[in-house]
Amino acid sequence: MSLIPQFIPKFVLETRVEVSNKWVILSPIIAIILTLFSGIIIFSLMGKDPLLALYTFFIQPVTTLFGVTELLVKATPLVLIGVGLAIGFKANVWNIGAEGQFTMGAIFGGGAALLCNNIESYLVLPFVLLLGILGGAFWGAIPAFFKTRFNANEILTSLMLSYIAVLFLSYLVHGPWRDPGGFNFPESQLFSDYAMLPVLVENSRLNLGSVFAILVVLLGWILIARSIIGFQLRVVGLAPAAAHYAGFKHSGLVWLSFTISGGLAGLAGIAEVSGPIGQLLPSVSPGYGFTAIIVAFLGRLHPVGVLFASLVMALSYIGGENAQIEIGLPAAVTGLFQGVLLFFLLACDVLVRYRIKSSSFISGKRS
Amino acid sequence: MAPLLKLSGVTKSFPGILANDNVDLNVMPGEIHALLGENGAGKSTLVKIIYGLLKPDSGLLEWQGTPLKLLGPSEARALGIGMVFQHFSLFDALTVCENIAIASDSNLSLKTLHSKIMEVSEDYGLPLDPDRYVHSLSVGEKQRIEIIRCLLQSPKLLILDEPTSVLTPQEAKNLFVTLETLAASGCAILYISHKLEEVKRLCMKATILRNGAVVATCDPRLETARTMAERMIGSKLNNIQRRKSPESGRPRVRINKLSLKSSDPFGIDLKSISLNVSRGEVVGIAGVAGNGQNELMAALSGEVIQSYPNDTIVFDDICVAGMRVSERRAMGSCFVPEERYGHAAIKEMSLKDNALLTSSKNINLVKKGLLQFDAINDLTEKIIFDFDVRTTGSKMESGSLSGGNLQKFILGREILQEPGILIISQPTWGVDAGAALVLRKSLLELAARGCAVLIISQDLDEIFEICDRIAVLYQGNLSALMDTETASMDQVGLLMGGGNGE
Repeated sequence: MSLIPQFIPKFVLETRVEVSNKWVILSPIIAIILTLFSGIIIFSLMGKDPLLALYTFFIQPVTTLFGVTELLVKATPLVLIGVGLAIGFKANVWNIGAEGQFTMGAIFGGGAALLCNNIESYLVLPFVLLLGILGGAFWGAIPAFFKTRFNANEILTSLMLSYIAVLFLSYLVHGPWRDPGGFNFPESQLFSDYAMLPVLVENSRLNLGSVFAILVVLLGWILIARSIIGFQLRVVGLAPAAAHYAGFKHSGLVWLSFTISGGLAGLAGIAEVSGPIGQLLPSVSPGYGFTAIIVAFLGRLHPVGVLFASLVMALSYIGGENAQIEIGLPAAVTGLFQGVLLFFLLACDVLVRYRIKSSSFISGKRS
Repeated sequence: MAPLLKLSGVTKSFPGILANDNVDLNVMPGEIHALLGENGAGKSTLVKIIYGLLKPDSGLLEWQGTPLKLLGPSEARALGIGMVFQHFSLFDALTVCENIAIASDSNLSLKTLHSKIMEVSEDYGLPLDPDRYVHSLSVGEKQRIEIIRCLLQSPKLLILDEPTSVLTPQEAKNLFVTLETLAASGCAILYISHKLEEVKRLCMKATILRNGAVVATCDPRLETARTMAERMIGSKLNNIQRRKSPESGRPRVRINKLSLKSSDPFGIDLKSISLNVSRGEVVGIAGVAGNGQNELMAALSGEVIQSYPNDTIVFDDICVAGMRVSERRAMGSCFVPEERYGHAAIKEMSLKDNALLTSSKNINLVKKGLLQFDAINDLTEKIIFDFDVRTTGSKMESGSLSGGNLQKFILGREILQEPGILIISQPTWGVDAGAALVLRKSLLELAARGCAVLIISQDLDEIFEICDRIAVLYQGNLSALMDTETASMDQVGLLMGGGNGE
């Protein structure tokens, strides 16, 4: 036993004394670079010119002003939802139902817009937005209630409520809210201009919603990094017993995370129907509420990170569409890229808390 | 005679700290060898190396004259090295015999194991019924399981990490008898303890570590506790000036017939507890862990709120039984629970964040809901400086501090809030002599400024050193209060073991 030679690995992972801030930022960047390299290999195997494919996927979509505005239009809901989710995830409050809160925001706000369709007043838009936020917050409050009152798992309740919201919207546009002059298509009336978010760049769909997204990033950053509420949320997430001991009200923080993330998802929902879409349709989201979960983690649960992550994810959406049209890549490539990116991100994240140490450098001296 | 275990030049570093610096150690067969040192002196690291849990960066281990390279604890056990940890790893819902079987390296049937346990327990005077469920055992009995678990392997070297910190004085005496029997049969014992009197009573040799290096080896029987403590901390040790008990002032804490069912199925219900703590008074609640201390602490701090609040708990003439933690804190009361990591402090957060944890009501630290980083930093530096917390900076994660150092930080954080009422569980558990002295002094100073201090502790020396009055918690019942000056250690020890103290 004592004679067995000790196996010495060449490299070992060693716990860092402090979390490496450098790697918190480097990790997603390296993950993106590795994803691009995998892209080259995958495209080559599919018999496409890899460089052309990457160009079509990641660069061509943003070579025109219209392309850039479309990128921002797609990124806006991801930012709004992602920041809200990041706040909750910090506190280990797992709101998986942003898709439903987004849809409820669209329903409440859209309902207000339809109600006010004959009113010509600049107060219509604020009213519509406010109801959108309330709708999302209300839908987020339901899992918060079940969690704090009955200790029901919020992952399940919030996820299931998503399907209810989506089907409810479908019912509304197929039934009571269907446009009477719409040739029986399951669509609502178009919203009046007074209920629509003003467009920022002519001949594009870029609207005021993107400005809200920037404001939300700023406010979200203040809340998480600078406020006592953000501190309490972090403590609850890391050590619930310590939060309890310090006198932070756990149920209050659950309510807060759910109403904030629900309200922001609601804002994203109403900004989508009062912006690029302009009416209620059976489906108003290509899955923003779920993609925003990846966005929140890719962005390190940090609002500024969420902003960049949203741009990357938005690019994968419009790049995927572009690649389908231009060089006939399958639609699944978008999902594949998103998955590979998440995979590399999680792998690179190891280096945030650990560092690679070559064991030939073992010494007894202070490191 | 050749040493059983010989360490030469053992060095081990962790990021930012040199835990063992060129350590030499010889353990002879049949020797009870004490390993002494302050918190963070490197005792635990060293025994973990011997037990195969850690690999040294450099240096040589020899076992009975041959070089030793351990790949893990199971190899150490196969060679005959056993270890009893400070924290037990037992399953409450299994029997003694099942617990031992689970961790056993051999494939004995439960029946054979059963009779072997009986055998060992008789041979070494460690009474233990193999069929009892672990949750029904006292802490002392749980420790016996761990010891018997080692003895079943017929060890040549037994390592014990602070074995008496959870025992009553009477239980400790029995343990010493067992250890002496064991040593007489040729087994060497490596004994880690902060209690120098018992080291003097039990051990024949001591190796003293300071900052990771060996500073002395001595024969404890020829030393005094004081001289050993001074070698450990490297300077003269001051005495605590016992002060005169204060005139009985206005009671700031009143507990009236507090009964509370534990939320933990293996917990202890509190049964009609009554107690007063006056202005300027330090009251100690002694007792072996697991007799309702955690339940009492949670009820007092507000982490458990009573559904039918009445005047069972009264702070400064206001009934707080139905109040939440934050409301009790707002009244100027502070609390320190027993568990440091994840309860009193957050491992993954910096010391600054940990300073803020319970100080967020301080208007200088939080203005209009926003954190004031400069003020938080100043407070953190002040805690580190005033309470001599050994760390490389306020940005360090609290998990990187040794247990004793973190305790200094936590206590400092609460004391600097100048509480009117301070309730602490195990204030100096696992804290070295020098640091414990600093902490006890600051508690006495706090009391002198008018604070009512209630201490829940297993450490009788500590309780006798600083408390004005003492009560004993046993199975959720609190004994009558005794004046420290008239109470005797034996009497309190008997009460801790469930006797009537007569």
